Amino acid sequence: MNENDKQLAELDSYIDSFDTKKGKLIVSLHKAQDIYGYLSVDIQKHIAKRLGIPASKVYGVVTFYSFFNTTPKGKYSIDVCMGTACFVRGSADVLEEFKSQLKIDVGGTTEDGLFSLDSIRCVGACGLAPVVSVNGKVHGRVTRADVSKILDDYKSKEATA
Amino acid sequence: MRINTVEELDKLAKSLKEQKSAEIIIKTCAGTGCMSSDSAKILKNFEILLKHHGLDNKVSFQPTGCFGFCEQGPIVKVNDVFYVQVTPKDVNEIIQSHIIDGKPVERLLYRDKTTGEAVKSFDDIQFYKRQMRIALRNCGDINPESLEDYIARDGYKALAKSLAMSPQDVINEIKQSGLRGRGGAGFPTGVKWEIAANSAGKKKFVLCNADEGDPGAFMDRSILEGDPNSVIEAMAICAYSIGADEGVIYIRAEYPLAVHRLETAIKQATEAGLLGENIFGTNFSFKISLSLGAGAFVCGEETSLMNSVEGLRGEPRVKPPFPAENGLWQKPSNINNVETYANICPIILNGGAWFSKIGTEKSKGTKVFALAGKINNVGLVEVPMGTTLREVIFEIGEGIRNGKALKAVQTGGPSGGCIPAECLDMPIDYESLVSIGSMMGSGGMIVMDEDDCMVDVAKFYLDFTVDESCGKCTPCRIGNLRLKEILEKICAGNGEEKDLIKLKELGEIIKDTSLCGLGQTAPNPILSTMNYFMDEYEAHVKEKRCPAGKCKDLLQYKIDPTKCVGCTLCAKNCPTDAISGEVKVAHKIEQDKCIKCGTCIQKCRFEAISRG
Repeated sequence: MNENDKQLAELDSYIDSFDTKKGKLIVSLHKAQDIYGYLSVDIQKHIAKRLGIPASKVYGVVTFYSFFNTTPKGKYSIDVCMGTACFVRGSADVLEEFKSQLKIDVGGTTEDGLFSLDSIRCVGACGLAPVVSVNGKVHGRVTRADVSKILDDYKSKEATA
Repeated sequence: MRINTVEELDKLAKSLKEQKSAEIIIKTCAGTGCMSSDSAKILKNFEILLKHHGLDNKVSFQPTGCFGFCEQGPIVKVNDVFYVQVTPKDVNEIIQSHIIDGKPVERLLYRDKTTGEAVKSFDDIQFYKRQMRIALRNCGDINPESLEDYIARDGYKALAKSLAMSPQDVINEIKQSGLRGRGGAGFPTGVKWEIAANSAGKKKFVLCNADEGDPGAFMDRSILEGDPNSVIEAMAICAYSIGADEGVIYIRAEYPLAVHRLETAIKQATEAGLLGENIFGTNFSFKISLSLGAGAFVCGEETSLMNSVEGLRGEPRVKPPFPAENGLWQKPSNINNVETYANICPIILNGGAWFSKIGTEKSKGTKVFALAGKINNVGLVEVPMGTTLREVIFEIGEGIRNGKALKAVQTGGPSGGCIPAECLDMPIDYESLVSIGSMMGSGGMIVMDEDDCMVDVAKFYLDFTVDESCGKCTPCRIGNLRLKEILEKICAGNGEEKDLIKLKELGEIIKDTSLCGLGQTAPNPILSTMNYFMDEYEAHVKEKRCPAGKCKDLLQYKIDPTKCVGCTLCAKNCPTDAISGEVKVAHKIEQDKCIKCGTCIQKCRFEAISRG
C-alpha cells in the first residue's frame, strides 16, 4: 500500500467505525485534517460520498469553521494571538512584523512552504501576552524585535536538519 | 478500581485523605500558561532528581491544574510553600535545600510588591488573600488526571448525596442557592433545570458549553484542565434531576490539554462505575461524550452549539422553542457552561442556603474572572459577587503595569463594554454591570491604560464580530460590517460628525433586530465607549487626532527644533528617508514620506521627537 492508500484507508476505517452516520460530519473532518493536514476538494467529496450527504453541504461546513483549512499549511505554522489581552499588549505590531518579514498575508504560506501565518483567538496564556505559537509551541512576551530571532531559529533548525 | 456503593466511596475517600496528609507533596502547575514556560521540564527534573537522591518513595510530585497566578509562572508548591518563576535549573536546589535540609529556597519565594518581603505561604499572598475559591476549589491543588485525588477532596460525594434525594429536591436545592448561569446572561440555573425536568419525553440530554470563545478569557479552560471531574460529576447530578441519561461536552478543538484531561477523567470515572450503568447500585445510568468545536465563536450560543454537535453549520435556531423543550436532536436538553457546573457539587454538599449567603441580593456566590491586559498580576481570580472592580484591579491585581493610569476595564468580551475609571467602585454583579452598559459575560476582564485608544478597541471588537457573524440574519451580517466600515473611516481620519450619529442609530437597530445573542450584543463595545469616551471619538472626527497615539493615520511625528541637536541618528535609521537635516542643525520630518513606524522616537537620545 502506498502512502495515499494508507491515509485513505485510515480515514475510511474511522468513518466505518460509527454505528450511525448521522451527525458525524464534523468529527470526520477533524480526522481527515489530522491525517492530511488540510481538506482538499477531493477529500471533501470523498467524505460526502462516505457519509451519504451532498458535497455542497460538506463544503458549507468546512468553510463555516475557521479550524478547517482547504489549502496546505507551511511546515511551521505561525499563529499570532489576537485575543484582547495580547492585542492591548501589542500583538498587532508583532503580526505586522511577521507579515513584512515573511512577505505574506494572514492565511498565506511562504513560497518555500516553510512558514504559514495566521492570527488566532486567545491561546489562554494571557500572562505571557503577547503570545505567538509555532506548531503549538508557545513563545511568550514577544516584541517586534523578537520576530526575526524566532524566524531565524526555525530557519537554522531547517538548515541543520 | 470499581466503586459500587456509597459506603465504598466513603471508605476510599477516608483512606486517601489519611494517606495524603502524611506525605510531602510537590505540586507543579501544568496549566497551558505554565506549560508554555517549561513546566513539563520542571516535572521531568523532579522525577529524575528525586530518584537520584533516593527520595522517590518519601516525596510525591504531581502536575496540577492552573494556580491562577499566571503572571508569576511556572509555579511550584511544596506543601504550603509557594515558589514562583521557577526554572528547570532550580529543581535541584528545591530538593537539596527544602526537602533535604528543611530550608525553603528564599530567592524563589514570592515577594510582596509593597513591602518587598518574601511571602512563604500561599494564603498570605496579596493576590490570593481576597479570593474565595468555590468553582476553582481544586484547581492547582489536585492532580487533574487522578480520580483518587478528586475523591480525596470529597469527589462524587455530591452525586451520591443527590441520588439519595428526589430529583425535585435536588432542583430545589439549586433554586434555593440562587445560582445563575455563568456563561453571561445569568439565567437562574435551578429554574432552567426545572423546565427541562418538566418537559415531556423519555430521551433528554445534558450539555456542557465549553466553547469558551471570548478572546482573553480562560476561566473554563482552567477548570477543565485543573478539575475536570467537578464538571462531570455536576453533569451527572443534573442528568439525575432532569431525567437524562446522556451528556455531551462541547469543547474547543483549540484546547488540546483540556480535551485530553476530560477524556482521561471520563475514562477513569467510567472504569470506577461513577459513569455508566446503575451508578452506586441505583437505577440511574449516565454516559458522557465529547464533541469538538471547530473555531466558530457563534457556537457559544446554545442553539448554534446544538447544530454544531449535530455536525451542521453552527447557525442559531429561532427561539422559542427553547432547548429545555426542544434541543439537541429535537429532545429536551439542559445546557450550562463549565463554571456553572463547577459550582453545583459544593451547593449540594453544603446546601443551597450556604451558597445564597455569599454575594449580593440578586447575584449569589462567586465569579471567576480572567484578569489580563495592562495589569500587574495577570491571572485567574475568584471573588464573591459584589466585590468592587477597584478591589479586583488594585488589590488582587496590584494595579496597572509600568505605573500608568487606568483608562477602562473591558468586561463581557465582544458582547460587553468598556467601563471607565469613575465606575470602579461599583460592586460587580449581573445587574450593576448591565446598568453601566457592559455585562458579566463569561468573565474576561481586560484592563486598559492611557495608551489604549477606545475607538481602536471598539474597532478591534467589531473586527471580531464581523469575522465571527454566521451570516444567517441580515442585521448582524450587514449591519455590523457597516459599523466596522464607519469605524475604519474614523480611524483613518476621514470621519464626519454625522458618522457618530449613524454609529449610535445603527448600533441600536442591530441590537433590537438580530436573531441571536451575538448580534444582539455586538454593538455594545461601540455604544459603551461612545457613552463614556465621546471626547475621544470627537477628537478623531473633528480634530483628526488620536489622543492615545494609537491610530497611525492620525499620528504626526514632529521634531522639536529646540531639543534637536542634529545628531543625525534618526535620519540614518528612518526606513523611508523621511527625515532630513544637516549635522548639528535641527532636523525635519517630511509628513508625506513618514510611515509612522516610530523608529525615530526609539533612536532619539534627546527626547526631541514627539507623537500626537
